[in-house]
Amino acid sequence: MKLDRKNKLLIGLCVAAGLLILQLFSIQVLSSDFKNEASSQSTLRVPVYPRRGVIKDRNGKVLVGNKQCYDVMVTPKIVREFDTLEFCRIFDVDKEYVQNKFAEFKANAKRIGYQEVVLLKQVSKEKYTEFAEIKGFDGFRCQLRNIRDYPFNAGGNLLGYVSEVDADFIKRHPGEYRPGDYAGRTGLEAAREQDLRGVKGEQKFIRNSRNQIEGPYKDGLEDIEAVPGKDIVTTIDAELQSYGQRLMQHKVGSLVAIEPSTGEILALVSSPGIDVDMLAEIGKHYKEISENPYKPMFNRAVQASYPPGSCFKVMNGLIGLNEGVITPATAYPCSRGYHFGNHTLGCHAHTSPLDLETSIMMSCNAYYCYVLKNLLENKKYESIDEAMTVWNEYVHSFGFGEKLGSDFPAELGGNIPTANYYNKIYGKGHWKANTVISISIGQGEIGCTPLHLANFCATVANRGFFYTPHIVKDSEGVEIDEKYHEKRYTKVAPEHFEKVVGGMYRAVNSPFGSGATASIAQVPGLDICGKTGTAQNPHGDDNSVFMCFAPKDNPKIAVAAYIENGGFGATWAAPIASLLVEKYLNGEIRDERKGLEYRMLTGDIMWKVRVKKKK
Amino acid sequence: MIGQRTSQRSFAGSVDWLLIISYLLLVTIGFMNVYSTVHNTYPDVFVWDSRACKQLVWIGSAFLLAIMILFVIPTRIYEQIAIPAYLGIFVLLVLVIFIGKETNGSHSWFELGPIKLQPAELSKITSSLTLAAIISKLDLKFKTFRDYLIAGAVMGLPMVAILAENETGSMLVYVGFLFVLYREGISGWWLFLLGLLIATVVVTLKFGPFWSLLLVGIAATATNEIVIGKGRRWFLIFLPIVTVLIVWQIIFTRLTAENPESAARFFDPAYITAALLAVLMVVYLIRGFRSLNGFKMTSVGAILACIIMVFSIDFLFDKVLQPHQQKRIEVLLGITEDRSGAGYNVYQSKVAIGSGGFFGRGYLNGTQSTYGFVPEQSTDFIFCTVGEEWGFLGCTAIILLYVLLISRIVNGAEKSRERFTRIYGYCVAACLFMHLMINVGMTIGLMPVIGIPLPLVSYGGSSLWAFTILIFIFVALDRNEKKYF
Repeated sequence: MKLDRKNKLLIGLCVAAGLLILQLFSIQVLSSDFKNEASSQSTLRVPVYPRRGVIKDRNGKVLVGNKQCYDVMVTPKIVREFDTLEFCRIFDVDKEYVQNKFAEFKANAKRIGYQEVVLLKQVSKEKYTEFAEIKGFDGFRCQLRNIRDYPFNAGGNLLGYVSEVDADFIKRHPGEYRPGDYAGRTGLEAAREQDLRGVKGEQKFIRNSRNQIEGPYKDGLEDIEAVPGKDIVTTIDAELQSYGQRLMQHKVGSLVAIEPSTGEILALVSSPGIDVDMLAEIGKHYKEISENPYKPMFNRAVQASYPPGSCFKVMNGLIGLNEGVITPATAYPCSRGYHFGNHTLGCHAHTSPLDLETSIMMSCNAYYCYVLKNLLENKKYESIDEAMTVWNEYVHSFGFGEKLGSDFPAELGGNIPTANYYNKIYGKGHWKANTVISISIGQGEIGCTPLHLANFCATVANRGFFYTPHIVKDSEGVEIDEKYHEKRYTKVAPEHFEKVVGGMYRAVNSPFGSGATASIAQVPGLDICGKTGTAQNPHGDDNSVFMCFAPKDNPKIAVAAYIENGGFGATWAAPIASLLVEKYLNGEIRDERKGLEYRMLTGDIMWKVRVKKKK
Repeated sequence: MIGQRTSQRSFAGSVDWLLIISYLLLVTIGFMNVYSTVHNTYPDVFVWDSRACKQLVWIGSAFLLAIMILFVIPTRIYEQIAIPAYLGIFVLLVLVIFIGKETNGSHSWFELGPIKLQPAELSKITSSLTLAAIISKLDLKFKTFRDYLIAGAVMGLPMVAILAENETGSMLVYVGFLFVLYREGISGWWLFLLGLLIATVVVTLKFGPFWSLLLVGIAATATNEIVIGKGRRWFLIFLPIVTVLIVWQIIFTRLTAENPESAARFFDPAYITAALLAVLMVVYLIRGFRSLNGFKMTSVGAILACIIMVFSIDFLFDKVLQPHQQKRIEVLLGITEDRSGAGYNVYQSKVAIGSGGFFGRGYLNGTQSTYGFVPEQSTDFIFCTVGEEWGFLGCTAIILLYVLLISRIVNGAEKSRERFTRIYGYCVAACLFMHLMINVGMTIGLMPVIGIPLPLVSYGGSSLWAFTILIFIFVALDRNEKKYF
């Protein structure tokens, strides 16, 4: 073939055609960008949100269910002019809101591309139906959503709330969430998120350039079905929880009830709490809740550390018995307190001298000062440091001073002082039993949560062991950690418990005028055993504390009540706790206690609680 | 009466069947793809509102035209009517500027009731015929300036009118006639110069004047030295200068970026290069004058033209081109990226074609071209449908089909004994080539967005008829020669 002009031109033709083919090869075969872009333009991926698991109480009553609503979605790139006024009329929103939203979409046009974004959230089914019947809204679509429904007013912040994930949340859970997803943010919803949320599905549709759906993509073969979330059965008794909440209204504090034989939490009230009506629309109420000076989001039952007060005498009595520094018959005198040097740790008027049972029944301070002194100055141990460490280990064995390991995401450990702690404050060798004498009566450096206290009460009820308290039960598809089925024994031998139980029985069941501190908690036939506490509160009146269990033999329920600024243990905490026990065991309140119940339900001591007002 | 000749070959023996088959294949492919773009709205072909149905009518009438040209119209009249038809169409080309209906910013369509006519389409036929008639009649050999002038005038007149109509695309097709003139004897350096000018414009817009001046310098010195046959001298003298200039340009850019007030700013490499080119021009002019070397003197003119081009490009770009054309060129060269504005069409078109992959998504399975994501999907951007549904394989096949069609025409033209037929054949090939390059190049982002149809495939009667006439006049001329030998 000679290279004449014709052939040169033909070569040129082939080179030019080769260039076209080369470029085609580069965009069709080498690059995948265009394929991805095409699929994002022409396929509409609609997430199929799974039904979130339902939360039930121990009797199968639904605490948290689901109801349907719709999100109005829009693909801004496809939206042409539409009737804004009509849109605003249907959905009852301001024109400015819609305009602002679209201005925002326009500013982020590059990032949004052909994606759908949310214009309105959670509109009702009725509005959706009306909107769906009107034409002329190209680029709009309604997305079915499940939102939480609370058929029963019990639980509140114990249940926690569900809300749409924000950018920060997505970052903290890489790969798990996308904008528009909902997630449990507090309480049970957050703790059992993995079980409750289920697995999101996806449907793919072919859409045209006006975002109208032309049909399923590949006949729906690539669609992924959503897997519904697992239902959770809690240990909560909805009726009891609800009653507890009513008892605690207008008071600041906590009320915790545990089934001693299983460690299951029957009720857990933190007051003031959040009404379920607020949980359902947390977004609307969030500001109001976070500005409330009583901090209703704060779950005092597991997150607040208080001194246990006189309830702790039971602990020191048990340790004393186990260490052999006292016997049940050991008696100490009390002359309106315990006197050491120039100091006196005061006490109230009661018979003297008294033995162990009576000291619990009458809540004698001096008795336990002697017990603690005996414990810390025990000749068995070389130094007070060692004695203190032994004491500390006893207390820890009841779950105090550390997180109990319950299934609450944010549980507080509290504080039980150690020898090191006092060495740091006073210097090694510069402190003795009398220096730290206030821990004998549950004051001073001791801090515990109401859950600790309820668990302690359950341990006493069990005569020496407890199950780690928990709020979720085994149910179909959900298995709780094996540790919740394991008995945890304390370092105090079981035989010592009967004596203190006797004291607690007498504290409640002795008649008025006998010197018993908790006669007000007495319910005929229930054999309630209890111990009052009056814990000093640097901010105003003493805290009212009470722990009790019932019946004495084969106990069914252990309760701890902690009322901030409530005064004596017998003033608020003992009646409230006993009413809760009565309700649980009898199902109703006896007629002669109706007056007491009325007083507790309506009593308002919020004014006593000093709070920092936020500006 | 012709049938009585004994030496006459049959119809089947005297036409290029490969050419006819590739024509028929392309028309069929065109119909299939037009149907694909509308099948979602009109699943039924035989609905008058459907473009597929209309295209069937255009195809049927185009076949009638082809038959008329092959069997009814005597071939000798083409040479006779060429010039009068050319002049008549020229009048229409000018008239349409004033009384034409504006569509998409251009005044190129006559509208007489339901009939729409675009004289620019017909002008391709008459210009081809006239170019062939004049060159063959006057026996232009392109040795004198007069020959260039006459051929240039035949090409230039309709170009100016069409440019005035704002039909840049159709105007560019005429540039393809340069290939015809090349076949007929003009110097290859003209094509080289055309390429150099285009390269200069692109390089100036994209990289700046320094690089384009450097390109001009390299082209001018390299060609001059190599023509003299002293390639060694070029490597010894000019290559070092080029290297130094490039190094200085890099240093200069960094210095001025750090400190715009730096003394280096007085030594802009662009001006240094321009000064060197000026010296070079003087040297070549003197040498060329002494030795009466025409090539040297012409190249001086070329360098001058290029330098003027480089320094006036901003002016031309800003003042002569319309804003939308400026944008299209900027997008093409990657100077600005604009996916929602000027770059939208190209981007969407590339997305559609790119989504086809190697094998394509299958006929009627495209989403981008079916559901309205591609603009002008059945006319100028019909290639998107091919790309999306038939993939790289289908695209390559169709491009090769065009190459086959064009090369069959070129081969037929080359074999022809009459210069008129040969030139006309080359003209047809050039038109097809330019349309193919501009249209396909546009859809895959190699060319700016210039609205011209893909021959025989795009929807529309006007274009299909024009190309059918164009091609079948050649088939008739070719057959006319063959049947007697």
